[in-house]
Amino acid sequence: MNAIARFDLNNAATYPSRRVEAWKYSDLARILRETPKLSATTDIKGSGPFAALGGEVLSLANGHGSIDYSAADQVTVQVRLVSDAESTGHTARVSIKTQAGAKLLLLESHEGRGDYVAHNRIDIDVAAGAEVTRIVLIDEPELAVSVTEAEVNLAAGAKYRQTVLTTGARLQRFETRLAHHAHGADARMDGLYLLKGARHTDLTSVVDHLEAHGTTGQLTKGVARETSRGVFQGKIVVQRGADGTDARMAHNALIDGERAEIDAKPELIIYADEVQCAHGNTVGTLDEAALFYMQARGITAEEARALLTEAFLNEVVDRIEQDDVREVVTQWLTARL
Amino acid sequence: MLKIDNLHASVEDNAILKGLSLQVPAGEVHAIMGPNGAGKSTLGNTIAGRPDYEVLQGSVTWNGLDLVELDPAARAAAGVFLSFQYPVEIPGVPGLTFVRTAMNAQRRQRGEDEISAPAFLKQVKEAAKNLKMDFDMLKRPLNVGFSGGEKKRMEILQMAMLEPSLLILDETDSGLDIDALRIVSEGVNALRRADRSMLVITHYQRLLDYIKPDKVHVLVAGRIVASGGPELAHELEAEGYDKYLPNAA
Repeated sequence: MNAIARFDLNNAATYPSRRVEAWKYSDLARILRETPKLSATTDIKGSGPFAALGGEVLSLANGHGSIDYSAADQVTVQVRLVSDAESTGHTARVSIKTQAGAKLLLLESHEGRGDYVAHNRIDIDVAAGAEVTRIVLIDEPELAVSVTEAEVNLAAGAKYRQTVLTTGARLQRFETRLAHHAHGADARMDGLYLLKGARHTDLTSVVDHLEAHGTTGQLTKGVARETSRGVFQGKIVVQRGADGTDARMAHNALIDGERAEIDAKPELIIYADEVQCAHGNTVGTLDEAALFYMQARGITAEEARALLTEAFLNEVVDRIEQDDVREVVTQWLTARL
Repeated sequence: MLKIDNLHASVEDNAILKGLSLQVPAGEVHAIMGPNGAGKSTLGNTIAGRPDYEVLQGSVTWNGLDLVELDPAARAAAGVFLSFQYPVEIPGVPGLTFVRTAMNAQRRQRGEDEISAPAFLKQVKEAAKNLKMDFDMLKRPLNVGFSGGEKKRMEILQMAMLEPSLLILDETDSGLDIDALRIVSEGVNALRRADRSMLVITHYQRLLDYIKPDKVHVLVAGRIVASGGPELAHELEAEGYDKYLPNAA
């Protein structure tokens, strides 16, 4: 599909620049000019943002070791990708498999300190009739650089739910490549970004419908404040023969700062006939009339902005099906508004 | 006492208020009537501190406090409440959350403790009952999909909860049928108090049959051109504003 070598942190020649179409808005080569030294391992501190939800906890510190997990039955797993390094880099590898009919709640956190370069390679296989809910909370330092690449493969009748929330970093890319390998799989991939300062995040997804009667729903919402930059790239490909595909993608963003920037590139590529596909994209600003109305009732300007922003973003959080997970995610978001 | 002295205000560089002076003593209800474009809504918005409404000259004080220097939220905390002609829809924020957030924001600015959840709930249920409002409506996003009457009732509910000392009703009668007008007016009348002033801005005399003013002022071309008792409203209804217009004989 692509002549560009796969991104490898150990080989600076593979670092994509903006001349590569898929990296047009996230010029990694400009930020990262040479291969960083390998990070030493580090202690894992605290208990992570999902501590209250229980389940088995699997952690990687600065990419040392790897996670290889296979889920049977109904389980909750916390995956903590922890980075703590100064100017060094590391690659974390995670492989998640499910057995047929399993039901996995995958709670993934990206936690960090320092100005590290993190590369995360994550593979998720959802077996026939299995169900995976992947909730990702990304909280990285403003000087960190991170690239997360996930490959998600869906078998027949698989159900996949993904919600990622991020506050960005110096340059942050979160990419999900999902393939409907068999008929009747159901995917939802939602995203939320809340950016301040000069932070940057890039939520990129490529969904490939290879077989019939698959459904994909995507809702991404974001807010860019100050001089931050939010990037949304969503591509849905419906291959020949993938009839009965239902794919919908929406990205709605707010610019809350005169020098903030949002770049959106939604793409639908359809080779099949009997399909329903749609995409919508909006970029706006906070409603000034609403802001004044709230202030006229005594709510300070700052609080009014936070309340309107939260109300705007909550649509994404509200789609999380598990009440206890939604509660934890809501608190995480509220603390960062 | 609301004291407005020689107020000049502009909106986006258009001069709208041109030397308006007015005093509303505590406990009194004053009506502002005037033709379209006279500056009625500008007056309300300027007192409340809407951005883009610029005071060029003159003063607005509330119980001696200079309002012009304060941001809108601080004015609200000082007791000013502007009821909007067209209340704004706030998607994603339930009415209950909104009212409680506003109450606590005002309390914090005044250095008071926040209201407890049970005390708030008890008070808001009582206020909704008095206004014959379905409590479930308060769980919905504020004003979203509400009828004109429901939006105005929601405004009155907020007044009852926030207990302002200066009420400015901007064309509260617009978009209301006769039943809604009666219910909204009863809600406003229930809020009349010896230490509370009200400024009722209206285009028509009809509202003043329900909310009886102590004084009526005629606002034309940015200034008060006549003041009188309630009978002035009836005179305007019968004769119109012609005799006050600049080009009239």
